[in-house]
Amino acid sequence: MIFVKRLVLDVLKPHQPNALDFAQAIATAGGNYRVRVAVLEVDEKTETLEVVVEGDTIDFEAVQSGISDLGGSLHSIDEVEVQSEPRSG
Amino acid sequence: MKLLDQIRFLLRITRTRDIIRRYFVVNGFDGALTMLGLVIGFLFSGTTEVSVIINVCLGAAIALGMSGISSAYVSEAAERKRALGKLEEAMITDLSDSAHGAAARGVPLLIALVNGSAPLALSLLILSPLLIAEAGLALPVSPLYAAVAIAFLLIFLLGVFLGRIADVSWLRSGIQTLLVAVITATLIYLIAGR
Repeated sequence: MIFVKRLVLDVLKPHQPNALDFAQAIATAGGNYRVRVAVLEVDEKTETLEVVVEGDTIDFEAVQSGISDLGGSLHSIDEVEVQSEPRSG
Repeated sequence: MKLLDQIRFLLRITRTRDIIRRYFVVNGFDGALTMLGLVIGFLFSGTTEVSVIINVCLGAAIALGMSGISSAYVSEAAERKRALGKLEEAMITDLSDSAHGAAARGVPLLIALVNGSAPLALSLLILSPLLIAEAGLALPVSPLYAAVAIAFLLIFLLGVFLGRIADVSWLRSGIQTLLVAVITATLIYLIAGR
């Protein structure tokens, strides 16, 4: 079994909802996520974010769905940290 | 509670909270002033049956409500659709399934509801003495005079509400809107009351 522990995502989103709403929405996608959002670039109607998600078992699909539900668009996965569980027996 | 949170969220992301407030005041003011004009008109006309006055005023109130709903919906739906289109252009993606898509569909409905219900609700409040009298309950004053007093009070309160939004003296703002009602009543007296 492989667990995703950390993701660094490049996301484009409209100005609204703001970074706080965005981080909260991603955090609620999982049980015990720690989310850090940094605004890297601001354009007339959009913002580019670096989203860092940390957790014990990150559900990538749920995170992606949380992003698109708020109007964001996932551009790339810039960093990934996964951990495998030692096989028993 | 969840629905209220959702509504607040949609209003926040579309930045339409102030638009709703503006629609409420503008159309509420329209409704209150129209009812004031009608009631004063009936007062100057002499004896008219209360049921006739109620029917005329209710007809006007319903028309104001329907006009408020339809006009706000048509214009706001177009505005939201345009805003969504521009955002989709900037994002280079379809946002119809996102919160922005939901807002583009739901916010015009909400604004329309507020725009239509404001004049209807204020009109019904102004007509309440007439409805009470029609139901057979005795009032200490003539229902028409009571309706005029309620209209003045509601118009004053709308001014107070505006004053609080603008963070200026609520009394001054209330008196300003009250003055509009007094000028309206005077004009009706000068033109129709003679």
